[in-house]
Amino acid sequence: MAREHRICVTVNGRVYERTVPVRLSLADFLREHLHLTGTHLGCEHGVCGACTISLNGRSARSCLTLAVQADGADVVTIEGLRAQDGTRHPLQQIFLENFALQCGYCTPGMLITAIELLQDNPDPTEREVREALSGNICRCSGYQAIVDAVLIAARQSRAARASATP
Amino acid sequence: MKPAWFDYHVPRDLQEALHILDDAGQEGRVLAGGQSLIPMLNLRVLSPAVVVDINRIEGLNNLRAGKDCLTIGALIRHADLLRSPDVCAGWPLLAEATRQVAHMAIRNRGTVCGSVSHNDPAAEHPSVLVTLGGTVVIAGKGGCRELPAEEFFTGTLSNALAPGEMVVELRYPRPPARTGSAFVEFARRLGDFAIAGAAATLTLEKDTCDHVRLTILGMGQGPFRAHAAEERLCGRRLGPQQYKDHFAEAAAKVAADVDPTDDVHASGRYRRHLAGVLAQRALETAFVRAGGRLG
Repeated sequence: MAREHRICVTVNGRVYERTVPVRLSLADFLREHLHLTGTHLGCEHGVCGACTISLNGRSARSCLTLAVQADGADVVTIEGLRAQDGTRHPLQQIFLENFALQCGYCTPGMLITAIELLQDNPDPTEREVREALSGNICRCSGYQAIVDAVLIAARQSRAARASATP
Repeated sequence: MKPAWFDYHVPRDLQEALHILDDAGQEGRVLAGGQSLIPMLNLRVLSPAVVVDINRIEGLNNLRAGKDCLTIGALIRHADLLRSPDVCAGWPLLAEATRQVAHMAIRNRGTVCGSVSHNDPAAEHPSVLVTLGGTVVIAGKGGCRELPAEEFFTGTLSNALAPGEMVVELRYPRPPARTGSAFVEFARRLGDFAIAGAAATLTLEKDTCDHVRLTILGMGQGPFRAHAAEERLCGRRLGPQQYKDHFAEAAAKVAADVDPTDDVHASGRYRRHLAGVLAQRALETAFVRAGGRLG
């Protein structure tokens, strides 16, 4: 009885009810049970940041969270960043336009982490961006373009805010 | 990289949790944020038979900055401290150290009590608790007990918990007026485990050092309280002409007294060097923040 558990999780706005093994990570639940393979697994012990998702509005390592711990939670993965009509999230678009990805393996984690940073701190310095992304490893070593993209996103939303103010 | 099987329990109240832990004895582990436990399960460093998830226990979610004391319940995350203006203003050492705990995603999930219980030699929270003279509240089936931090930490990844017990709360006395503090650490990458670090608090009475505490982390055991260096500083006049010499002397004492181990990240010799440098930096910064005169 204690080795399987019924959970109810909202992922990208959709409610899923599943019975899962208690030792299953949230990452494996997303990938193997829900087939949301955009969440990537690198190290499986919290060091690389590839599996970072949003759990109840805050970034979390899905490899360091059990699926059973997400019972009742609201999860957003990379698949949930696009709008309903397929439009990319503004930060996804900026990553694309500024070559802020090479192989793309770290990108889902980078995006979730950077979106949280920009929510908490809409006007970060380059150092703050580098600090926020320091828990996400890019083995292509493409950090410069990633940091640039986050700073461009901050600049664009600043400009949008300024033009919206009469 | 997947955990071994365990029985999973989600108790709704503390009594139920303690009951399960008591039955499990040595085989039971508490799961809160999971940022230390789950890596160990994934790597199969640990394979407990019973995991008790305490996240649904309401009473453990308390963070209270009182007049004399800060209490941190077992479900308070690192990030909760940084979002609390009362903690940042009243216990700046705790806030400064917490900013250096891993990365945002880890700080969002990991708990302060969990970090203290885990007692990783490179962790920030055990050293902060010792430096601030805090206590650990432990619950077991038989009731609660409160231990001073230094009695709680019993060596690398070890603590004074008996089988069936768990940490339910940490208590930090409010630092007195004219106290400055500093937490400094050295890591190869921001947010990595520190190779070494130092935590200091210093209280001035005019130009005299009324009270000082200095703790070193990363030396291979739990937090290392630098008693001998503290004794050299306590009661000394730290005027603009003398403070640097006194801190340098205390730091040299720290470097002589620590007993660091070699590992893949750094040699013991290098850690010893860092202990001295970081102790001096922490003391000088705490001194400035206490309002010490630089001349």
